[in-house]
Amino acid sequence: MQLALDKLKAQFGESLLETSTFRGDETAVVTREKIVTILRFLKETPGLQFDMMMDLGGVDYPDREERFEVVYHLYSTVTHKRIRLKIRTKEGVPVPSITTLYKAANWFEREAFDMFGIRFDGHPNLKRILLFDEFEGHPLRKDYPVNKRPRVPTPDPLIKL
Amino acid sequence: MTAHDEAKSLSGEPMWINVGPSHPAMHGTLRVLFKVDGETIADAIPEIGYLHRCFEKESEVKCYTQVIPYTDRLNYVSSLMNNVGYCIAVEKLMGLEIPVRAQWIRMLICELSRIIDHAVCIGTNAVDIGGLTNFWYLYNPREKITDWIEALCGARLTTTYTRIGGMNRDLPPNTNATLKDCMREVIQSVKDTTGLLKKNRIFMERTQHVGTISKEDAIAYGFTGPCLRACGVDTDVRKYHPYYFYKELDWDVPVGVYGDSYDRIFVRFEEMLQSARMVEQILDKMPQGPIMTDDRRAALPPKHEVYGSIEGLIQQFKIVMHGILPPKGEVYSYTEAANGELGFYLVSDGSSKPYRLKVRPPCFAIYQAYPELIKGHLIADAVAILGNLNIVAGELDR
Repeated sequence: MQLALDKLKAQFGESLLETSTFRGDETAVVTREKIVTILRFLKETPGLQFDMMMDLGGVDYPDREERFEVVYHLYSTVTHKRIRLKIRTKEGVPVPSITTLYKAANWFEREAFDMFGIRFDGHPNLKRILLFDEFEGHPLRKDYPVNKRPRVPTPDPLIKL
Repeated sequence: MTAHDEAKSLSGEPMWINVGPSHPAMHGTLRVLFKVDGETIADAIPEIGYLHRCFEKESEVKCYTQVIPYTDRLNYVSSLMNNVGYCIAVEKLMGLEIPVRAQWIRMLICELSRIIDHAVCIGTNAVDIGGLTNFWYLYNPREKITDWIEALCGARLTTTYTRIGGMNRDLPPNTNATLKDCMREVIQSVKDTTGLLKKNRIFMERTQHVGTISKEDAIAYGFTGPCLRACGVDTDVRKYHPYYFYKELDWDVPVGVYGDSYDRIFVRFEEMLQSARMVEQILDKMPQGPIMTDDRRAALPPKHEVYGSIEGLIQQFKIVMHGILPPKGEVYSYTEAANGELGFYLVSDGSSKPYRLKVRPPCFAIYQAYPELIKGHLIADAVAILGNLNIVAGELDR
């Protein structure tokens, strides 16, 4: 099904940086400013209806100028199709949060922040999720050594609410 | 002003109660902070990450085959399914077709894992609510299946059974009779427990209209698997994106109505019966044949070739020394695990190690909705709801 990609091309031609299909997975790289508009289009257009955000995660390519990729996997419970969207960003440049569109994005964005240090603008509660608050650095970045041992803080008896 | 209202207006600051991470009522290392008003939950904050084992970072420095043992520890209740899910991802990346018998074996172990996963979920959830008998009824057939898994791969829980391109070894002798016997016991155990629970007044009051989530909310939160189907959404990866031979089997997707605890439990019961139905068909239809691909990008050559020909020796050397080398690219592969869609997003840079492996654990999305599910209920209900969401800390925290 090329349908979703074709519709995206027709609607957002200049915001679409790349499109590709590999092993049946369709991918579109879009500009980060447009991601919320594009996701809303994919979610609300009849015939596409990507109503479920399956997965969101970061990838780090330290050699690129914009080193981080945020990868969205969408699924439609109506048409049972899938699509992958990607946006790129660099250190210190936040990307728009999509929690207003998909409630599921909340924890996934927190995880991407935790692991890569990607900041999401408009996220209601952007803090670490899997690691402890005092953790230094972002472990899934390629420049974080795999055998580095973090300093474990003395436990705080009560979580700051 | 009645006496009751007066008592209500006296309530002062809300109280925060910490439960977990090490607590007998929390299934696994889960920690929740409950904000309670009297005994009613006003809000809750789940804190996760107590079982974080750096799975994704570790897999970036291990070769593709070495990641398989780590996948056992994701959902440790049904580890065979995670093995299959990961291997499908790598095989999709490589464009590798595995032999027919290996595909049937993978379906067989997936359905058996689903049965034992659901048995554990329902059994322990019934204990939370106060019905200990169901636990024994459901754990007896689970024990038989685990015995068979031990005969299959030598381990009961940490199986590491699949390989990229096929299976580690063939099925143990007498599988057909053993498993058909097991399935009879599974069906009997489901009959026994549903008989005890279905119209049980206490059970119904603890589960019906408790922890309800609407269809729309469930989709927005990214629910998959039995929890989504309990809300009345008919979706199943095995039906709509059938991998292997699922479309050749005769089975149905059970769907609930209200999306409450009761529906979630009974969707699981029905799935156990459907899986038992599938296992019987798989056992009848499974053909003989090789269980490992002969594609030399992934499989070691047979020993007589290694010792008898220079090509065999080189191929053996290449795989042992350099590992499996998938092409550059990225795939998202998904399977229907016991809790829902288990996804692996795999990025390869052409080297022998995954550049990035992102797991999409089903309960990560489901557990987000937990505060919303328990709002307005009692603390005892919060424990009962947690059980039937089937949160497994191993895959939640990775």
